[in-house]
Amino acid sequence: MRRQIEGSKAVAETVARCRPAVVAAYPISPQTHIVERLSELVASADLTGCEYLMVESEFGALSACIGASAAGGRTYTATSSQGLLFMAEALPNASGLGLPIVMTLANRAIGAPINIWNDHSDALSQRDAGWLQLFASSNQEAVDLHVQAFAIAERTSLPVMVCMDGFVLTHAMEAIDVPDQDEVDAFLPAFRPRQWLDPDSPVTIGAMVGPDAFTEVKYLMARSQIEALDTVAEVAAEFGSAFGRDSGGLVRPYRTDDAEVVLVVMGSTFGSAQDVVDELRADGVRVGVLAITCYRPWPFDEVREALRGIPRAVVVNRAISVGAGSVLGRDVRLSAEPGTDVLDVVLGLGGRPVTRAALRGLLVDALAGQLPLDELYFADLDHEVIADQLDRDREEVAP
Amino acid sequence: MTTQLYQIGTYAAGNRLLDPDDRTEQSRDDRTNAITSGHRACRGCGEALAARVVLDSAMRAAGGRMVTVNATGCLEVFSTPYPESAWQVPWLHSLFGNAAAVASGVAASLRATGRDDIRVVCQAGDGGTVDIGMGCLSGMFERNDDVLFVCYDNQGYMNTGVQRSGATPPAASTATTRPVGTSVGNAFGTGKSLPLIAMAHEIPYVATATVADLHDLEAKVVKAMGMHGARYLHVLVPCPLGWGTASAETIRQARLATQCGLFPVFEAERGVVTATTAIRHRIPVEDYLRPQKRFAHLFRSDGRADVVAALQDRADRYIARFGLAEPTEPSEPIEEESS
Amino acid sequence: MSLDVRIHGRGGQGVVTAAELLSLAAFDEGLNAQALPSFGSERTGAPVVAFCRIDTAPIRAHDPISAPDVVVVQDPTLLRNGDVLLGLAENGLVVVNSAKDPADLARAGLRLRGNQRAVCLPASDLARERLGRPLPNTALIGAVVALTSVLGLPSLHAAILERFSMADDDVLAANLRLATEAHDLTLEGDRRA
Repeated sequence: MRRQIEGSKAVAETVARCRPAVVAAYPISPQTHIVERLSELVASADLTGCEYLMVESEFGALSACIGASAAGGRTYTATSSQGLLFMAEALPNASGLGLPIVMTLANRAIGAPINIWNDHSDALSQRDAGWLQLFASSNQEAVDLHVQAFAIAERTSLPVMVCMDGFVLTHAMEAIDVPDQDEVDAFLPAFRPRQWLDPDSPVTIGAMVGPDAFTEVKYLMARSQIEALDTVAEVAAEFGSAFGRDSGGLVRPYRTDDAEVVLVVMGSTFGSAQDVVDELRADGVRVGVLAITCYRPWPFDEVREALRGIPRAVVVNRAISVGAGSVLGRDVRLSAEPGTDVLDVVLGLGGRPVTRAALRGLLVDALAGQLPLDELYFADLDHEVIADQLDRDREEVAP
Repeated sequence: MTTQLYQIGTYAAGNRLLDPDDRTEQSRDDRTNAITSGHRACRGCGEALAARVVLDSAMRAAGGRMVTVNATGCLEVFSTPYPESAWQVPWLHSLFGNAAAVASGVAASLRATGRDDIRVVCQAGDGGTVDIGMGCLSGMFERNDDVLFVCYDNQGYMNTGVQRSGATPPAASTATTRPVGTSVGNAFGTGKSLPLIAMAHEIPYVATATVADLHDLEAKVVKAMGMHGARYLHVLVPCPLGWGTASAETIRQARLATQCGLFPVFEAERGVVTATTAIRHRIPVEDYLRPQKRFAHLFRSDGRADVVAALQDRADRYIARFGLAEPTEPSEPIEEESS
Repeated sequence: MSLDVRIHGRGGQGVVTAAELLSLAAFDEGLNAQALPSFGSERTGAPVVAFCRIDTAPIRAHDPISAPDVVVVQDPTLLRNGDVLLGLAENGLVVVNSAKDPADLARAGLRLRGNQRAVCLPASDLARERLGRPLPNTALIGAVVALTSVLGLPSLHAAILERFSMADDDVLAANLRLATEAHDLTLEGDRRA
């Protein structure tokens, strides 16, 4: 049903309709409205057959989900930033044990310095934890991705993280079509675990694997992650047929076909970029934008395909690999063919807004060859502040 | 005059002489044998013994409907060398510090899906309980989740090479508390009592036990399984390797710990002590400490009588606090079983 | 048609709710609307900004409104800070919660340029009368509805009923009355001006 509703609440209601057996989450800005709404739905018995655990930390939250999932229940948690880091030890534990847990990650910067606002450093810091990472470009897609996430997770037996920009999407109130219970029931079957803690058929989960077998176990895990690319695409297609909406999938190109410059983005930047692309196209400027929806596993082929023949790709990085450059940009560079210049731009760290004016500026500058190549370019940096601080540092060092 | 068998307790005499209802679970042919033979524990491992006793009793009490969550540690490592497993019950190992949270999640999942006839037993060593597991454990207690948490306390991080934990007793030599220089081993004034912390949460049931008293341990498990909510069982399990004791002496060492007063045996419900096991035959702490290499530095020529006295003082305080002193009885010769 | 509204106030004055009410009213009229708070840690008294963009076309962008058509100032003490009117359109509208006249507020920081105009409404006073609390947001949104020709009062009423559905009936009724009163007062004042 189409409603004017806050993103967080829409996600919470959608998750509730996916009939989780256990919700275990610890509050952290900007995820709080999601878990608050879920606790309301459980308390009011709108959501039945669900236990809401008031855990003592994020580490406890994901750990409880691990137990709940292994015991055969559909499970859900949500967190951001520091909370994700606090459960970091449990992330690869969940993926390694093949548990189809679904988590909402309300993207937020990682400290120090402490910062509660939106960027992608939390998600990208855990890109190797073995979780699928899907980025919502809008609140509608966020809602839709949660339904798809449970399906993907349970088919692949891998945990899935649905990323949505903290505050920017979570706290935005807009028109969202929240799936009805019948629609979700028709799409999402009951959870049938591959294995679970069953007294009638005891299994040992979590054995110690030595050098003689570890490599094979890891190889098979990596393989199943890559095969998950197909599942992500399939589920998105099925969702499209069932709900009549194009949501999810691997990548989302917009007017890239004959573009001279394509912005590559993740998350809510996509919507702003679409506006800018339309404006410039109306002036006859050939630009486009490519959103990466499925960040892990990385859709190598789809990105390559989308950027084929594009002279210049400008990657909007909302996280960096300190001391080593970009994260998203590098993944794109590896996928693009040699004929495409991939430029790394940093924008919107720690909640600094990614404005349409800034995006427009990037496209125009890229077209004019005025964006630096081979450099991590901080496009919204206050150079005066930097110059002042560097001067101060130099003075302190000089005798 | 009945002969009292000190080693295994009067009432356990061969089991076959007992009324079937009074026999131990371990004496039954049809016990689960939750952890079966073939595991890689050291000989004389107190934890392997305790785990079998505890889980077999728990399975009996739960009518076979039980799942086990296990923290990282000796027990997990020696029981699941892939591709083998010694577990004959549903068993889940996640991480070191999260066993209690994982168990909470299991219990919640079973309840949500209408299968809460299946009971949850969580087990961890002292490290995974009192140190790294503390946050999650306190959370489980605070929520009163329906989990029986069993701590097998061998008083150190044994699997990683005998390092000191928050359960290591004062003056013990470990890999990180060697008695060198002026150090006496593990420092006095440190350490925590998880049974007392558990009691502070006012959970339905807290009990301590050891591998020296089989009946007592089983009875406490059965009692705990007869309740719902958060329950805690703290079992002293000597570690021959870490304590430097003979592998055939594990059960005796556990008894000496209780008889000198350093390990009080008691039960509590909702924060109040409800029963204590009186010391049957009190011994000085020295009798308990001497056979353990981890205390050998106290008894050398340059030994530390003052430290031994401090430990005696500690034992005296426990005895007073928990009322462990036995009222005087007409003397009866107690026949000690020869080793 | 698009209308970008930026609302300034202090924590505890219902700034975010104001933006939400506008967005709900727009939804009720079949328009697209996005209400977006600028956020910080919870703290009463601190300056707070919220945005509401209304459009006939679907709204894709989620960046802050940099060129508002309407600026609502729920706390006139914020006028001292020049940022409140930053980016206001050439013919933009400022609605200020104040019993004073716009001319009197010029000294307090209400500096208009071009064809910008300001309207004052004693929203806190009205709210104190109707609600028993000086919570100015409902009244100010009533004024915005009156001054822009995009939304109607019935939609604002629908928005109030939806947003405050958990409140007591008399609180709901009081808010509806307040919105109407502020709306009508503003229209009347505008006609006279």
